[in-house]
Amino acid sequence: METIKITIDNKQVEVEKGTTILDAARKMGIDIPTLCHMRLDDLNIENKPGGCRICVVEVQGRRNLAPACITQCVDGAVIRTHSPRVMNARRTVMEFILSDHPKDCLICPKSGNCDLQNMAHRLGIREIPGHEIAEISTYRKDTSPSIIRDLDKCIMCRRCEMMCNEVQTVGAIGAFNRGFMAAVGPAYEQDLEHSPCTYCGQCVAVCPTGALTEVDHTREVLRAIVDPSKTVVVQTAPAVRAALGEEFGMKPGTLVTGKMVTALKELGFDYVFDTDFAADLTIMEEGTELLTRLKKFLNGDKDANIPILTSCCPGWVNFFEHNYPELREVPSTAKSPQQMFGAIAKSYFAEKININRKDMVVVSIMPCLAKKYERQRPEFSVDGNPDVDFSLSTRELASFIRQANIDFANLPESEFDRPLGESTGAAVIFGNTGGVIEAAVRTAYEVFTGKKLSRIDFTELRGMEGVRQATIDVDGFPLNIGIAHGLGNARKLLDDVKAGRSKFHAIEVMACPGGCVGGGGQPLHHGDSAILKARAKALYDADRDMPIRLSHENPYIIQLYKEYLGEPNSEKAHHLLHTHYFDRKAKIVVKQ
Amino acid sequence: MSTTIKIELRQQDLKKIHEICDSFNNEPLELINILHKTQEHFGYLPAEIQDAVADKLNISTAQVYGVVTFYSFFTMTPKGKHPISICMGTACYVRGAERILDEFKKELGLQVGQTTPDGKFSLSSLRCVGACGLAPVVIVGNKTYGRVAPDDVKAILKEYE
Repeated sequence: METIKITIDNKQVEVEKGTTILDAARKMGIDIPTLCHMRLDDLNIENKPGGCRICVVEVQGRRNLAPACITQCVDGAVIRTHSPRVMNARRTVMEFILSDHPKDCLICPKSGNCDLQNMAHRLGIREIPGHEIAEISTYRKDTSPSIIRDLDKCIMCRRCEMMCNEVQTVGAIGAFNRGFMAAVGPAYEQDLEHSPCTYCGQCVAVCPTGALTEVDHTREVLRAIVDPSKTVVVQTAPAVRAALGEEFGMKPGTLVTGKMVTALKELGFDYVFDTDFAADLTIMEEGTELLTRLKKFLNGDKDANIPILTSCCPGWVNFFEHNYPELREVPSTAKSPQQMFGAIAKSYFAEKININRKDMVVVSIMPCLAKKYERQRPEFSVDGNPDVDFSLSTRELASFIRQANIDFANLPESEFDRPLGESTGAAVIFGNTGGVIEAAVRTAYEVFTGKKLSRIDFTELRGMEGVRQATIDVDGFPLNIGIAHGLGNARKLLDDVKAGRSKFHAIEVMACPGGCVGGGGQPLHHGDSAILKARAKALYDADRDMPIRLSHENPYIIQLYKEYLGEPNSEKAHHLLHTHYFDRKAKIVVKQ
Repeated sequence: MSTTIKIELRQQDLKKIHEICDSFNNEPLELINILHKTQEHFGYLPAEIQDAVADKLNISTAQVYGVVTFYSFFTMTPKGKHPISICMGTACYVRGAERILDEFKKELGLQVGQTTPDGKFSLSSLRCVGACGLAPVVIVGNKTYGRVAPDDVKAILKEYE
């Protein structure tokens, strides 16, 4: 490793050749302010268009100021990060950025959590000269089922464009127009609904301003809660419990399961259940499907559709419907846990408590924005009544709790209600990349071999690498497993499946980097990948501490099959818990 | 609910787009040149054509649209039968090109980049046609008008009625 010596703010430091000024300064504990730059370490995600120029620094001997995020250190360089010239330039740059930015911070959905607002605060901006002549764009707001785009608030950092195109390879949005009118959006400024958007929400997760936010349904949920004719049931996804605490000042990776249950009860939900129950159910259905297909495959059946692809991630489902519709028989037909929960709540549980499904409102708390889209798919409703009525993000739940004046950090812990609140360790790791397939392997192994697992932790399936593979010895049979998180990584595995050269028997895909812990509906990570890792660790710890860690041992799952569904993949199970996929690829049609 | 996007194009137009893309080996890095050739053939770049180019090059439509809206040379509206260009280069500008442009805008009720509803005239501005001695210069179709004064605008338009 070749190193060079530089001086930053009168302190000497030795850095690896090729290091940017920004990284060298950070290494020394000097936090040069940035706006467009964002990096998620270990996830291979970086946005550095060098566009905003907030990070400019003075390099001795250089005529102009240098943007620290894209300028490499030169041996012997003397750099100043807060000279009067730098401070002046930074202020001017910020004033330019703010000149055509709407000034409705009071009611902006990003208020209090906005990188732009924080930067204005940090730089002590008190007036914006020139704002009276700047042209504030007047794009209409685009409200999709999941995401709201308010392009007047776009500052062209291009983080969303990088996520959508480079990381996710979705290509729904790109930069268009110039000058004051420049913004990022779908082609022809159409609605997201008319683009290949998967609603993964990664654009929202990285947007530094209020340009991209989620559709907020907290008021509708409150209305349902106060309606005495409605029984309101809530389900919480695995990844929420590992992140919700951050919104209340807790350390990333703090598990708040018990406090979250108490908060939901205080908010007035009639039943507080767990999506983890449905995750266990997913394993029963998807695991059985895997075994059925595998048996066919081993008998030489060419139409066995191996590898089986997981189907619990709705962003991923949207992705293959748009990009690989010819492969739509390959993914498991099992619905996502959110939808399985809704279907069971409004049939089995509604019958149990003797109410009509129309008088039940199912709310889901999800780390995800694609779930908002998924819940309103027509195939997930019965006579116009959706299985899941509302899906709130982790951020929305936090806002709901704040609005209700609940002192979250000091809440006592409570338990989920029964029967749909009982779950296993296999279910809680659904929130991590590799977790679904690990849960499936645990159950498939025991069901397939009839033997008890000697070890429950399949650590070879864990980690943050974008594409991972492992071979699991299932009593002599080598089960080849592929894992991808981030849709660009999924594309690599799918291209192999399409070309018929995939060596895997089963592939797990999660649309978001890190899996659901890094979901588009989670508390904002502001470019700190340590937060995602802390959440992932929290879920593995939760699994380790669970009394039951195998989905097929969940007593309430066993009871559900006994009382209601019969066997996994039975006709009734198929009717309630399985789905089919559509071809949504853009097509060129020749005009006659 | 996301609907399947369908793009309708005539067979011969699709064939032409494919020909142009093939002539650049379907190389996405050649996008600007491909759009250049495509606009040369079709006169403009409507959504359907951008979609077809994106599909052929296996890139996103959003990317193609970004390039089309960034460069003022590309246009998504068809040019008029008589495209009018007013030179806004330095020489023409200092000799009053802006007043000429304003006069055309007023007479035709158009902004730069627009076409009259009857498809007869379209208005654009350009940078220097290399005839600075004739400044200010107006080009209508293939015909060049030099030393144009605002009062001449009505007469020029009349020639094409």
